[in-house]
Amino acid sequence: MLEVKEMVVAYGRVNAVKGISFSVEQGQIVTLLGTNGAGKSTTLRSISGLLKLVSGEIWFEGERLDGQPAHKVVERGIAQSPEGRRLFRQMTVEDNLKLGAYSRKDPAGVRSDMDRVYDLFPVLGDRRTEAAGLFSGGEQQMLAIGRAMMSRPKLLMLDEPSMGLSPIMTQTIMRTIQELQSEGVTILLVEQNAQAALSLADRGYVLEVGQIMFSDTGRNLLGDDRVRRTYLGID
Amino acid sequence: MDLFFQQLINGLSLGSLYALIAVGYTVVYGIVQLINFAHGEIFMIGAFGAYATWMVMGQPTDWSAPLSILVLLPVMIIGGIIASVAVALLTERWAYRPLRNAPRLAPLITAIGVSVFLQEFVRLFYGYIPGFPDAKSAIPFPSVPGISGETIQVGGVLIQMTAVFTLAALVVCWVFLWYYVNRTKTGRAMVATSQDPDTARLMGINVDKVIMAAFAVGAALAAIAGVAHGLRYGNIDFKMGFLAGLKAFTAAVLGGIGNINGAVVGGLVLGVAEAMATTFIPGQFGSSAWKDVWAFVLLILVLVFRPQGLLGAKVVDRA
Repeated sequence: MLEVKEMVVAYGRVNAVKGISFSVEQGQIVTLLGTNGAGKSTTLRSISGLLKLVSGEIWFEGERLDGQPAHKVVERGIAQSPEGRRLFRQMTVEDNLKLGAYSRKDPAGVRSDMDRVYDLFPVLGDRRTEAAGLFSGGEQQMLAIGRAMMSRPKLLMLDEPSMGLSPIMTQTIMRTIQELQSEGVTILLVEQNAQAALSLADRGYVLEVGQIMFSDTGRNLLGDDRVRRTYLGID
Repeated sequence: MDLFFQQLINGLSLGSLYALIAVGYTVVYGIVQLINFAHGEIFMIGAFGAYATWMVMGQPTDWSAPLSILVLLPVMIIGGIIASVAVALLTERWAYRPLRNAPRLAPLITAIGVSVFLQEFVRLFYGYIPGFPDAKSAIPFPSVPGISGETIQVGGVLIQMTAVFTLAALVVCWVFLWYYVNRTKTGRAMVATSQDPDTARLMGINVDKVIMAAFAVGAALAAIAGVAHGLRYGNIDFKMGFLAGLKAFTAAVLGGIGNINGAVVGGLVLGVAEAMATTFIPGQFGSSAWKDVWAFVLLILVLVFRPQGLLGAKVVDRA
């Protein structure tokens, strides 16, 4: 579905992503693991069209994706919930969700998808007219995911959805991700919380300083010594 | 007391003029963090566009008052809006967009260059349009029967119809802006882009279009101000945008740049302050030669004591 080939992305003269290749198959949950500065967010921002590639290619559903402006990427069916949630804090929950559906032209479908988000996260439905900035971290994360779902994406990219959340809230978010997968949404998940991410991922890629070190199925990576030492703190 | 109300009305109408221009500074700043120093020239182009429309209509001077107000004036305004929006979009596309990711000083200096270019362009070339007057000196603005030179008496206060027109135009534009920003899809996209452009892109918002919309809205309001200016002072000239633009920029900063309501309030406060200063400050310091001094003293005071502006709370500014 999504294929990244030899992608190089730079900030100024510094290469943040140094020629990585990976793919995401339809219906899978794929996770990119890595510490700060490994190039995970840069990868997602490049796929979304916010950053230009120095070299390499991105393909989506058999068509070239890189070089497209960000709003076209959304129209093609890729949504991103960015790192740090990036909600429109002074706007209401409802306005945030409406902006998530900005590219759509079917008001009835938008309405029903909004109800679906409220079903999934009742706290958002109960307080839909309140400003997004007034919500707790976990609730804001739910809104960020809900907002990304509003474009009805084929591929949903989530950048560190567990950041700053309690273990219980993390579990809730992870369960939601699994639910979305069962509904047919393909998911590319960026995480530092390897335990949580790998337990639901079909496939995982481990990034270090802009390069993919190794990859395997989620289950195998959970048992991998290198992963256990670096990301799970187990000797 | 009548004198006070008289000056209040004068100040509010002058302030409405500033406010209509100030909105353009603030909306564009709120979205691209650019002080568009050529915006005063967009206001000037609006006035010249309205004048050109009047010329094309065959220089009507003998229309009845109702016909003038309901047909002539709106058509002139629309002509002015088309001219100023077109020029604003051209400058955005060819002068500012190529510098979108450049250091902020580059577009700022470019804006000053655009400002000089537009002034000189009008000065040198307006007269080449067949039948048009030379624009190297001031051109008398057409008078609109029913508005130009007319007054209404309210108690002891004499109100110019041109002042009524300017105030009414501001009120209509303010309501329109509120509706546009809060109730339309493009308006919401504009607010989203001003708060967080990258995230706005992730929502599928075409940020280039939003920036064009911001330039267009500001230009349209400036054109209306251009017509109001022409009616109020009776003539227009190629450098009319310089001081008016500087005052409007002052108004935008006074109200809190990036904030639409701030631009309106800042404009009105500035206009009233100027009108009051020239009336109630005794001696030569209250002469009209000093009114610009008081306007900029007010700006300095606000910048010292309330640098975020009167309505410093962020409405369109970045979070």
